[in-house]
Amino acid sequence: MSTTTAALVDYDEAVSRFDPVIGIEVHVELGTLTKMFDGAPTEFGAEPNTQVTPVSLGLPGALPALNRTAVESAIRIGLALNCEIAELCRFARKNYFYPDVPKNFQTSQYDEPIAHDGWIDVELEDGTVVRVEIERAHMEEDAGKNTHVGGSTGRIHGAEYSLVDYNRAGIPLVEIVTRPITGVGDRAPEVARAYVQTLRDIFRALGVSEARMERGNVRADVNVSLRPSPDAPLGTRTETKNVNSFRSVERAVRYEISRQAAVLESGGAVVQETRHWHEDTGVTTSGRVKSDAEDYRYFPEPDLVPVAASRTWVEELRATLPEMPVARRRRLQGEWGYSDPEMRDVVNAGAIELIEASVAAGASPAAARKWWMGELARTANAEGLALEELRVTPADVAELQRLVDSGRLNDKLARQALAGVLAGEGSPEEVARARGLEVVSDDGALLTAVDAALAAQPDVVEKIRSGNLGPVGAIIGAVMKATRGQADAGRVRELVLERVGAS
Amino acid sequence: MSTISREEVARLAGLARIDLTGPELDRLAGELDVIVESVATVSRVATADVPATSHPLPLTNVFRDDVVEPTLPVEEILAAAPAAQDGRFLVPQILEED
Amino acid sequence: MADAPVAPTDDLTRRTAADLADALRAREVSSVEVTQAHLDRIAAVDGAVHAFLHVSADDALATARDVDARRAAGEDLAPLAGVPVAVKDVVVTRGMPTTAGSRILEGWVPPYDATIVERLRAAGMPILGKTNMDEFAMGSSTEHSAYGNTHNPWDLDRIPGGSGGGSAAAVAAYEAPLAIGTDTGGSIRQPGAVTGTVGVKPTYGGVSRYGLVALASSLDQAGPVTRTVLDSALLHEAIGGHDPRDATSLPDALPALVEAARAGRTGDLRGVRVGVVRELDGEGYQDGVRARFEESLDLLREAGAEVVEVSCPHFEYALAAYYLILPSEASSNLAKFDGMRFGLRVEPRDGVVTAERVMAATRGAGFGDEVKRRIILGTYALSAGYYDAYYGSAQKVRTLIQRDFAQAFERADVLVSPTAPTTAFRLGEKLDDPLAMYLNDVATIPANLAGVPGMSVPNGLADGLPVGFQVLAPARADDRLYRVGAALEMLLEQRWGGPLLAGAPELPVRAPEGSTR
Repeated sequence: MSTTTAALVDYDEAVSRFDPVIGIEVHVELGTLTKMFDGAPTEFGAEPNTQVTPVSLGLPGALPALNRTAVESAIRIGLALNCEIAELCRFARKNYFYPDVPKNFQTSQYDEPIAHDGWIDVELEDGTVVRVEIERAHMEEDAGKNTHVGGSTGRIHGAEYSLVDYNRAGIPLVEIVTRPITGVGDRAPEVARAYVQTLRDIFRALGVSEARMERGNVRADVNVSLRPSPDAPLGTRTETKNVNSFRSVERAVRYEISRQAAVLESGGAVVQETRHWHEDTGVTTSGRVKSDAEDYRYFPEPDLVPVAASRTWVEELRATLPEMPVARRRRLQGEWGYSDPEMRDVVNAGAIELIEASVAAGASPAAARKWWMGELARTANAEGLALEELRVTPADVAELQRLVDSGRLNDKLARQALAGVLAGEGSPEEVARARGLEVVSDDGALLTAVDAALAAQPDVVEKIRSGNLGPVGAIIGAVMKATRGQADAGRVRELVLERVGAS
Repeated sequence: MSTISREEVARLAGLARIDLTGPELDRLAGELDVIVESVATVSRVATADVPATSHPLPLTNVFRDDVVEPTLPVEEILAAAPAAQDGRFLVPQILEED
Repeated sequence: MADAPVAPTDDLTRRTAADLADALRAREVSSVEVTQAHLDRIAAVDGAVHAFLHVSADDALATARDVDARRAAGEDLAPLAGVPVAVKDVVVTRGMPTTAGSRILEGWVPPYDATIVERLRAAGMPILGKTNMDEFAMGSSTEHSAYGNTHNPWDLDRIPGGSGGGSAAAVAAYEAPLAIGTDTGGSIRQPGAVTGTVGVKPTYGGVSRYGLVALASSLDQAGPVTRTVLDSALLHEAIGGHDPRDATSLPDALPALVEAARAGRTGDLRGVRVGVVRELDGEGYQDGVRARFEESLDLLREAGAEVVEVSCPHFEYALAAYYLILPSEASSNLAKFDGMRFGLRVEPRDGVVTAERVMAATRGAGFGDEVKRRIILGTYALSAGYYDAYYGSAQKVRTLIQRDFAQAFERADVLVSPTAPTTAFRLGEKLDDPLAMYLNDVATIPANLAGVPGMSVPNGLADGLPVGFQVLAPARADDRLYRVGAALEMLLEQRWGGPLLAGAPELPVRAPEGSTR
């Protein structure tokens, strides 16, 4: 494999000369408790080979038994993608030898996918909506994991041997394949990214997968081809495998467009092949050339009986579908009264659920946004955490805002209370009580502080008396300092003016 | 039906990942030719109007509940392996990528 | 008409499983005594027969002691508790070597039990050991075992049938009262026929396949190998019934098999329509085989059965369809034997060690000729460009054969034929002619393709060697096999004055080479 940098054409130039067509295959690992065909657990991060049974290890004699929840998840994904659900479909064996495939065949669906012919609307950042047609969604099983040892590069070539962990082998996957996405021109990379993001949101909304890209729960293969014009036949495509972050999906498509344009412009032909995405360098390199020698000898899996999804069952599952993310987003934006940019920020920060829960707990939409997108977003950012990983709940945020609204805390005190909550000291109420945080509006206590401040600064008093109200702030500041910020600033101002006799 | 050449047997052996010796290739080419010719009679009656049967009995919708079952002891499965290291199966270097 | 009078014998190995079960229940004998008697018999004659690849004496005796203790404690035990059983080496047994007759699995000790083994253990049945077989059950003579030939107890120079020659020979040689076999195209019934024993292939899905080293998933079924029809019924009930680990396992309860076998022993078959399959009674059948078949039909008529002729025109294509479907499924099922996770690993001679080359070298060295032949054939039948002509067409023939059966069963309650075209041939006689070997299964294969149950009952001798009578029934109606089979067995025994096997020659005493392998 050569990693020499390919010739590239500037992206803008590439898309001005060629019409890109993309296709995306997304694999999502379902979040079932057990594997597709056996009762082995699927917990992430377990010790190697501790989550296997004779079935997932492919031992002689073992037979698959289909996980009902996995099938239901696949059907629900199909329904969420507006697909037809097959009345009868079978599994097939895809035969190929590879050490991480325990049986040396993958149990998959071949020409009878459980869901087919659907579509999904994808919203780009500027609000443009692109409809992506879904060819099929089918069930299959994941492979184990090879770790290549002994070579200098850590990649396959040069490795002296490999160590195989079959914990992942047999984890249920649903593979979703688009029809060729045409007519998006220079926005193809953006569409690819938004599509994968939309699927991720749908998987989470359905609750069928944690859909964490960084754990490989969602993996994308992107197909790219170029043609001279939108009415020309499709060009030769490449398939770039395992592009595993949203940003990489966009970059990989962009890179392939530039690379293929260079190949075509130099009079060459694009080779139909599998390519590998390199996250670090941002390039794709040539992998396996697809050839006739690739003969998977598919045949119907005799060890599993067909799935016949009755219409009753399908409708029962359809009734469990939640509101789809795009529709929900629009509804919430209307209910909350956020502007488009505000809503976009909330979406990008992954704060929708948190704000929704905070509002449900009693916070106003504006207040919820203020806390989650302000103080809390800054804290999360500084600590490198996701918002939901902070030690603060939507209920805390609602309670905090109640304390502010009732006048018990001012903004500054509220921030202190929140810091306490984040430090694990308890709820805002508990933190406020324990730290003695409370706006002091009792005149007796305030007057003592005001008198002390005035006595300390006789020259200021004179200025105020002479009608120059500018320095009042200095006195208020001194009072606030003396009361550790707990004074009600408005009342302090009134008291100062009263005392000085300027009112 | 076409005859099965030695080269065809070699290609099939590659697909099936079986090393065959020269004499084995020669012998199998001859034997398979006879067998394939004999079994090819199925196409005489397998007309387009006959549906294929993949499963002897017509069961559908056999499912398992999503409930965790006991796993195999890792020491036991690795002890039965040709080679193991660090809790994993040790296999020779993999040249072909998937 | 009651059970045929069988002279009581002091030799526990000569007694039927039903008889042993009664004696155990009555506490006339202990399971340890019964088990030890069979282990002693194995030690005495298996050197000559070589039915066993592995003898698990300690394990069997431990089970026997346990079941004796439980019986002494008054526990309610399974009908066959304490009766020992031999298991074909294609069935996975925890802690007990399982080779499927192949070099590629030499030394493999499975970490789990097949469902049927779990059921045998749960029933308190001591497992005597693992029996010899054609490698991965591919063959009709057990000559394709990587671990040497098994000899037919009737004539040690002859084959015991296959693939389950070991199980049939063990039962015929009184090394075990009961054995487990598996039948993909006749591997229980044909060895039964040539060794004078009873063998049953249950309805597909009637007995769990979980833990059978798979040959052809859509054809394989495990079943009983015994000396009497009633014993088969008892063992069938012990291992049968729904198993959630096997998706193709039937959810239905088993029919009442033991009851049907007992009913059959009355010899009354009035109202039963017996269909003779015209296509399974023609050319290629040895004269003596046909003569015994005709005599058996006469007996069935005498018992009140109505014998009709039926035609199954597509059976002619069954062998061809079978030799496409079986190799295709086998080529995939046997892919897992690659030297990566278990079993043999062989490095290429030139020392260039990559996973791909080690897999190919391991499979090249670990598989025998017949296995290679069928894997290559199956790979061919499934490969791009050939699928429709071969595998696809074979699946259509399967539909036609099912239709033939459906039509035939409208006219008959059971179908009958000779089990195998010939008696046992000499070791080595057909080894170099795969097609001739395949023809042994011509009468047994249709049942596997259609998933219907079949039984072979010994029905006499031809030229001094046993002949079998095959009974086939509709799917899920296994009880009909037992009723008709038991009736025929009773009528024949009356005529012979005892079981056929009583006439088998005494075996020379020759200890096995090693008690375990």
